[in-house]
Amino acid sequence: MNNTISKILVYFFLVAVSVIMLVPFVWMILTAFKTVGETTQVEPFVIVPKVWQTQNFTNVVKTMDFMRLYANTLVMIGFRILCAVITASLSGYAFARLEFKGKNIMFAIVLFQMMIPVQIFIIPQYVMASKLHLTNTALGLLFPGFVTAFGTFLLRQTFMQFPKDLEEAARLDGCNIPETFLFVMAPLTRSSMVALGIFTAVFAYKDLMWPMIVCPDNKATTLASALAKMNGQYSQKYPELMMAALISCVPMIIIYIFFQKQFIEGVTTSGGKL
Amino acid sequence: MKKKASSRQISEFIWGWLFIIPTMTGLIILNIYPMIDTIRQSFYKTGDFGKGNVFVGLSNYKKVLGDAEVWQALWNTVKYALVEVPFSIVIALVLAVLLNKKLKGRSVFRTIFFLPMVVAPAAVAMIWKWLYNSNFGLINNVLGIKVNWISDPNIAIYSIAVIGIWSGIGYNLVLFLAGLQEVPRDYYEAASLDGANSFQLMINITVPLISPTIFFVLVTRIIGALQVFDLIYMMIDLNNPAWKKTESMVYLFYKYSFQQSKKGYGATVVVVLLAVIMVITAIQLVGQKKWVHYE
Repeated sequence: MNNTISKILVYFFLVAVSVIMLVPFVWMILTAFKTVGETTQVEPFVIVPKVWQTQNFTNVVKTMDFMRLYANTLVMIGFRILCAVITASLSGYAFARLEFKGKNIMFAIVLFQMMIPVQIFIIPQYVMASKLHLTNTALGLLFPGFVTAFGTFLLRQTFMQFPKDLEEAARLDGCNIPETFLFVMAPLTRSSMVALGIFTAVFAYKDLMWPMIVCPDNKATTLASALAKMNGQYSQKYPELMMAALISCVPMIIIYIFFQKQFIEGVTTSGGKL
Repeated sequence: MKKKASSRQISEFIWGWLFIIPTMTGLIILNIYPMIDTIRQSFYKTGDFGKGNVFVGLSNYKKVLGDAEVWQALWNTVKYALVEVPFSIVIALVLAVLLNKKLKGRSVFRTIFFLPMVVAPAAVAMIWKWLYNSNFGLINNVLGIKVNWISDPNIAIYSIAVIGIWSGIGYNLVLFLAGLQEVPRDYYEAASLDGANSFQLMINITVPLISPTIFFVLVTRIIGALQVFDLIYMMIDLNNPAWKKTESMVYLFYKYSFQQSKKGYGATVVVVLLAVIMVITAIQLVGQKKWVHYE
């Protein structure tokens, strides 16, 4: 009896939190298909749109080039993942498995970078990017993401877990260091690479300040930064604002639902800065 | 006598450096140099167009310490953190304990709780701004109240912190669930045989056992909260009567550095924030001995 009551209470709590988590999304979707009139009417307060207005979609897509924004965001994410996975695997392997002079001080730099808030890098990074004429370019969006201290740390931890015998065996078979890395060790870290990739993607997708300052132009910028601009301009047209928010978050939500397991692993192993 | 390096040692040295060179070059150019340069700039006054920067010594720091707006921004940031961090941790911890049991629909609940993590803060802020709208917003109309959630200077920063909690629970939850998986089940069984109820179990068994995870979440959450920017930037425009009571340290940094081109002053603000973060983190590292149990 007591057990049943506590079970009901648990479910009640979980459902209540779920409702709080979902209501903002539901409200976004409902608003995205209303008329402006329906959103600015209080008596009666309109919950569900009378007619689902697809017009909002057409309008938003006309004013904001979403294909372009998706493309910019995707290119940035793609290149950041590529750079992160390649440079971090190499350095993570060296830090975990090779002995060489100067290793400890270099690793200290990696750890140090992870502890410093990113804002402290932004002014000089921006000055460099603009001197290199990278403002409003895809390369500009990528710029701070060429390398990753966090990814290096993550992959080092992964490489550390493997037994020494693996490399010994490879060496006896006549593999040199790059061959051992490429054919024996790196393939074993696939799940950490996926985790790093997902982490990099989410972080890049959510970042707002960097794209806003380096690519202020809507033709070159990311979804997040274009949304921020739109937020300032159309503050009264709620249906269109919600439609834009909806269009921008749907792909990520779909990807998340598909890759949930890897995503959660990524956060767990990374801890870091999501 | 010095031993001659074996060929293996030489090749580890060469390949080791070749492997780390891309990362190290990048870190030095993109992070280490910028950090030093930011600190250097905090000692300069940014020149007007065509003129160079002028070395002003500590005067930026003197100005920052005497600047009421900076103190207000620091206070706003602290208020935000004081609400966001404890609530997002406690709620996530309770959810993690509940989801750690065998339970129908567990994966559905998990998916829902994690959902806000993958939505860009820019979109999150737009949605909540609309929910909070004082005339037509869902919250006021459903509850039949009339609160100016984001334009009343007394409550705006807390309304924003609520969004921080909402979007941060999932992240904390993932980490707590991972921490709980390492807790052996026998602890619970022994304790429930002794007649402890679930609340007692949580306080006396769960919390101490996963205290290293709680500590990690606490440290990273506080660092993150002290850097709050996106939500405030998106929610509060300059016509908002509450903007003085909501702008955070990073917001101020952004305003000075990129909207008003006072990079020297902006740099000083962010160096001060770095110092605050380091002090708070150091206090936590010392204080952890009192409550964090490592095995």
